[in-house]
Amino acid sequence: MKTRNRQIGLPSRALTDKKKAFAGMRLLAISVKKLRAAFSDLLPIILVIAFFQIVVIRQPLPQLTDVLIGSMLVLAGLTLFIQGLEMGLFPVGEAMAHALARKGSLFWLLIFSFALGFSTTVAEPALIAVAQEAAEIASKGSLIPDSEISIREYALGLRMSVAFSVGLAIVIGVLRILRGWPVHYLIIGGYVVVMLMTAIAPEEIIGIAYDAGGVTTSTVTVPLVAALGVGLASIIKGRNPLQDGFGLIAFASLLPMIFVMGYGMIVFG
Amino acid sequence: MTLLIDFAKVFLATCRDVLPIIILITFFQLAVLRQPIPHLRRLVIGAVLVVVGLALFLAGLERALFPLGKIMAAQLSDPVFISGAGEASGRVNWKDYGWIYLFGGMIGFATTIAEPALIAVALKAGEVSAGTISQRGLRITVAAGVAIGISLGTFRIVSGTPIFIYILAGYIIVVIQTIFAPKKIIALAYDSGGVTTSTVTVPLVAALGLGLSSTVPGRNPALDGFGLIAFASLFPIITVMGYAQYTSWSVKRARKKYKEGENEV
Repeated sequence: MKTRNRQIGLPSRALTDKKKAFAGMRLLAISVKKLRAAFSDLLPIILVIAFFQIVVIRQPLPQLTDVLIGSMLVLAGLTLFIQGLEMGLFPVGEAMAHALARKGSLFWLLIFSFALGFSTTVAEPALIAVAQEAAEIASKGSLIPDSEISIREYALGLRMSVAFSVGLAIVIGVLRILRGWPVHYLIIGGYVVVMLMTAIAPEEIIGIAYDAGGVTTSTVTVPLVAALGVGLASIIKGRNPLQDGFGLIAFASLLPMIFVMGYGMIVFG
Repeated sequence: MTLLIDFAKVFLATCRDVLPIIILITFFQLAVLRQPIPHLRRLVIGAVLVVVGLALFLAGLERALFPLGKIMAAQLSDPVFISGAGEASGRVNWKDYGWIYLFGGMIGFATTIAEPALIAVALKAGEVSAGTISQRGLRITVAAGVAIGISLGTFRIVSGTPIFIYILAGYIIVVIQTIFAPKKIIALAYDSGGVTTSTVTVPLVAALGLGLSSTVPGRNPALDGFGLIAFASLFPIITVMGYAQYTSWSVKRARKKYKEGENEV
C-alpha cells in the first residue's frame, strides 16, 4: 500500500493548552450558532405539518404539549449530535484511516473494514425487527415450517447474511479506494444484478430485500464510514478525497439487497 | 416521568449502537496499532455528545413527530376525506389523491433536510471539496430527489402500476447520467441515495405507504407498502447528478460567453 510519506498534521500540545482557557466561552458561542442551524434544519417539518393541519385537514393538533416537548428534544438532540460529530466521530474515523494506512498492512485494514460493517449491522434494532417480520411472513406463507425453531433460524440467517454483506461491502469499497477502481462500474454492475435477481427471486423476499438495503446504514455508522473513506482517499497517492472517498455507503446499501435475495432463493429453493 | 423512561430506553439503545464501534476501535488501538489514541479526551466528549444527542433526537421524534405524521397520513388517505362522505366506496381515481402526493413530497423533503446521516455526509463533502459543494445545497438537492421519489411512489400505490417499471426506468436514467455527469460527483451522488433512508424519513414514509395501501381499495399492504423507501433512495441519485450536470454546463456556458465577449473587444 502506497502512502504519502508525510507526518499527519496534528495540532501541537502548546496550542491546545492555550486554547483551553477560551474553550468554555467558545463552546457556548458555537452552541448558540449550532442551535440556530439545527432550528433551521427542523423548520421545514414544522411548516409542512402546520400547513397541512391548518389548510387541508382543518382539525386541531392532537396532543399539542407532547408535540412541543418532543420538538424541543429533537432540537437539542440534533444540536448535540452535530457538535459531537465534529468532535468525536469524524476525527476517530480519520485517525483510524491514517493509523491503518501508516501501518501499511492491507490485511489489518481489510479486517478493520469488515469488522466495522459487520459489527455495526448485526445488532442493529431495525434489522432485527425486519428479520423477525420476514420470518413470520415466510412461516405464514408456509415457505418455512411453522415452528419456533425454524422461524428463529430463518431470522438469524437473514440477519447474518445482511451483516456479512455490509462487512463485505465496506471491504470492497476500501479496496476500490486503494486500487482506484471507478465506482460507477461496480455500482451499475450491482444494480444490474439486483434487477436480474428481482425478476427471478421469490416475490415474498423482494420487499424485505429492498428494505434491508435501507436499514443497514445507521446514523452512527454513516459518519464513521464517510470519515474512513475520505481519510483513506486523502492520504493515498493519486486519490481524490471527493471522487474516491465517497461510495462506501452506496455499497453498503446495495450489497444487502443482493445477499437477501440470494438467501431467499437458497432457503425457498 | 414517562418522558424520562422513554429517554432512558432510547439512550440505552443508542449506547448499544455505539458499543461495537468502541470495542472495535479499542481492540485495534491496543492490539494492532499499539499506540495511544491522540486527543482521547476530546474524542470521548465527542462520542458522549453524539450518543446523548442522538438519544434526545430519537426520543423527541417518537414523542412528537412520528405519532403526528402517522395520524396525518391516515387522515389524508381516509376514503371519507378523499371522495367525500357520500361515495366512500367504488373505483379508485388517481386524481382524487392530489393532497397525498403533495403531502408525501413535502414531508419527504422536510424530513430529509433534518436527517442526521445526510448532514454528516454533506459536512464531509463540503469539507473535502473545499466549499465547491455547499452542504446546504447538497442537502436541498437530495431532499428534492426524495420529494419527487415519494410523490411518485404514492402515485404508484394509488394507481397500482408495478414498481418494477419505475425502478428500472430510474436505474436507466442513473446509468445514462453516470456517463455524462462530472466524474467527481458520481460517488457522492450514489452515497446520497443510501443516507436518505435513515432515522427520520423511514418511519414516516413507511407509515404513509402502509396507511395508503391499506385504505386504497385493491391494494395489499404486504406487497405495496414497502416500495416507497426504494423510491426515496433512487431519486436523490438522479437529482444530485442532474444538479452537478447543470452547474458544470452553466459554468461552461459562462466561460464561452466571457471568451466571446473578449473577442469582440
